[in-house]
Amino acid sequence: MEADNGIEVEGLVREYRKGPRAVDGIDLTVAPGEIYGFLGPNGAGKSTTVHVLTTLLPPTAGTARVGGFDVVKEGPKVRTLIGVALQEAALDPLLTGRDHLRLQATLQNVPKSKRAGRAEELLHRVGLADAADRKVAGYSGGMKRRLDLALALVHSPKILFLDEPTTGLDPQSRSALWEEVSLLRREAGVTVFLTTQYLEEADVLADRVGIIDQGKIVAEGTPAALKAEIGRPSLHAIPRRDADRPEIEGFLARFGEPLESSRDVAIRLRDGLGLTDIVRAVDADGVDIADLELRAPTLDDVFLAKTGRTLEGATEEAAVEHGAGG
Amino acid sequence: MKLWPVVSGVARRTLKNALTNPQIVLPTMLFPLFFFTAFAGGLSQLRHVPGFDFPPGYTAFQFVFVLLQSAAFSGVFTGFGVARDFENGFAKRLLLAAPRRVGIVLGYALAALLRWAVVATVLTIVAFAVGMRIGGGPVDLVGLYVLAMLVNFCGFFWAGGMAMRFRTIQAAPLMQMPVFLVLFFAPVYVPLSLLQGWIEGVATVNPLTYVLETGRGFIAGNPPHVLAAFALAIGMGVAFWWWAFLGLRKAEAAGG
Amino acid sequence: MRTARQPASFIPPLIFPVALMTVNAAGLRSSTHLQGFPTTSFLAFALAVPFIQGALFSTMNAGTDIARDVQTGFINRLSLTTLRNWALLVGQLSGVVALGIVQALFYLAVGLTAGVHFASGPAGILVLLVYAALVSLCFGALGAFLAYRLGSGESIQAMFPVLFVFLFISSMNAPRNLIGVGWFKTAATLNPVSYMIECVRSLIIVGWDPEALLLGFGFIVLIGIVSLALASRALRLRMTRT
Repeated sequence: MEADNGIEVEGLVREYRKGPRAVDGIDLTVAPGEIYGFLGPNGAGKSTTVHVLTTLLPPTAGTARVGGFDVVKEGPKVRTLIGVALQEAALDPLLTGRDHLRLQATLQNVPKSKRAGRAEELLHRVGLADAADRKVAGYSGGMKRRLDLALALVHSPKILFLDEPTTGLDPQSRSALWEEVSLLRREAGVTVFLTTQYLEEADVLADRVGIIDQGKIVAEGTPAALKAEIGRPSLHAIPRRDADRPEIEGFLARFGEPLESSRDVAIRLRDGLGLTDIVRAVDADGVDIADLELRAPTLDDVFLAKTGRTLEGATEEAAVEHGAGG
Repeated sequence: MKLWPVVSGVARRTLKNALTNPQIVLPTMLFPLFFFTAFAGGLSQLRHVPGFDFPPGYTAFQFVFVLLQSAAFSGVFTGFGVARDFENGFAKRLLLAAPRRVGIVLGYALAALLRWAVVATVLTIVAFAVGMRIGGGPVDLVGLYVLAMLVNFCGFFWAGGMAMRFRTIQAAPLMQMPVFLVLFFAPVYVPLSLLQGWIEGVATVNPLTYVLETGRGFIAGNPPHVLAAFALAIGMGVAFWWWAFLGLRKAEAAGG
Repeated sequence: MRTARQPASFIPPLIFPVALMTVNAAGLRSSTHLQGFPTTSFLAFALAVPFIQGALFSTMNAGTDIARDVQTGFINRLSLTTLRNWALLVGQLSGVVALGIVQALFYLAVGLTAGVHFASGPAGILVLLVYAALVSLCFGALGAFLAYRLGSGESIQAMFPVLFVFLFISSMNAPRNLIGVGWFKTAATLNPVSYMIECVRSLIIVGWDPEALLLGFGFIVLIGIVSLALASRALRLRMTRT
């Protein structure tokens, strides 16, 4: 490992007893100072990967090095380098926010003289200064997530793991957290490994994205490169009447491959065709369509192209099969 | 990587929870006082049973049992806290933040010891206030409290080991019942020589019997089989430490 | 019905008192050598305790069950029906009384199997069962009162140590005349639980002791009247509030 705050994973497998392979042989590299977005539906293996990389779970097979240290053989060294905010905030309801920060600072061996100041600074930074001396039992879900983030930052870690940090947050808190993560990378050069099931989050925040489904990485690259790989835009037509749907499907099939969509009739446009070609054909054939829309590829399209399912659909499936959790 | 920050951090937090929340502090404090009152007060006439020979009196006789009982149960109650931490996910924070995780177990153990120290202080004051007489000197008393401290470690390491294996507070009866049985299968009310029937057989093979008898000997000023009692207490402490350490390994393998 | 469906509510009241009695009977056997001890069998002396201890468990169980009804809003829904308050209270306590009788039969069986001789004979056993039912009803009513008043199962559970104080600071482990510490003897004499235990104990080891029976029945009837009145009032208040 050439730098001291990157992540390298080779052939990582994690099997649960009597369960499927939650992580099924993944390889990935995160460069120092990079924000890596790990995108996938619930139950895809995101959280399990984070648990292994943060030394919370031992891998069944494969190797992982975080900050240059092996997560199995050099767990204590890994833990001094990383900050972690898990999906379910690991907090004690009987302690106050300030108690948590002091405890975390002690555990991470922050010098005694700096502990109180660091706690105060972080409480202000995450907007919890007023609630600092209240027991966590009375915090809202959003407040708990913010405290969890502050705790992850107490010892100024070089590598930050954020497991679905914005799930359950209101849009304002979500934007604030995105801003905070960008700032950490920009000003402190922190490497960020972020899991999410939100396409927009991965798109906005991540330098590179790994898409995981059923324990395997199905695509990896910058958001722009992944979308460019899909290349062609999709065309969405809204029928005026439901009865017109078969006719529109037949008509559009001439211009590209059909896409699954319950809301409209959609196709992936063939190379060389544009919206004007379709509009001309609609006029010429006298097809009755309420609205036509051309959409640039999204990460959801990438997911669809790689797995045959939409991210939303896969999340719902996972919820039915296993309940939430990654 | 230093161990002490983890030990002190976990101990301070656990102790704060234990001493500032009435639902945790009251049972720890009240149960020993209550047992002491009920046993020393209600059964004091047992000193007149033929063959009962304990010069300092029945209050001192029961004080030693209740002191050891409070030591064991302060450990067990701290084990409940460990189970609660695993159940509500807080243990994950400790596992993630502590460079050396063995410090987490030692931190809980230190909290159990300090928690018992508070109980033992109150219990001792109450015992002297109600007129407890002692025959032993300062060295004997130190011996008694060191023995009780070892019982406290055994109680915690046993319960903590269970807590880290089951990781739910529903395992509380499994942590508590064996300790309760070991305590009550010792000569609680009268010396071993006055027990009859099945309880005599059980008490004779119960290691706590010898710790209890030595403890009572310390307070009377003529402790019997001191080396054997300390060897047993230290041996059990080491065995239960290993049990707790393996419990930590199980919890680590399960991801907290 | 609900009581029978929940093992957690009827197994501990059966097992724990018997376990405690077994351990105490073994450890305190030498008490019978004390001058003035009323029997040569400590087991016969101690057998009275589970009857009262089991009833104390009933208080907790009845209270916790009824508090759950309050917390889940079941009581609120009943307040919308034409069901009368006293009928609701009787319904909720009937399970506790049935459980009390089952417990008493179990303790009797344990005692008889262990060779305890009942000095008052079969008629005494019948009186004992009636007393056990009465104690369960009265303590159950106390549990119901606490539940209607506090409305939380956790608060009821927190009362548990208080009930244990009443049990332990009594003539549970020694006859009152053999309690040597003055203040303890006074507390045990003022504690009605002492008279309940002594009532049951007299049927087992003495035979027919009018004074013990009168005091035992007198105290439990008094506690019952007060508890039922308080429970009924607390229920009425809760129904009005909803």
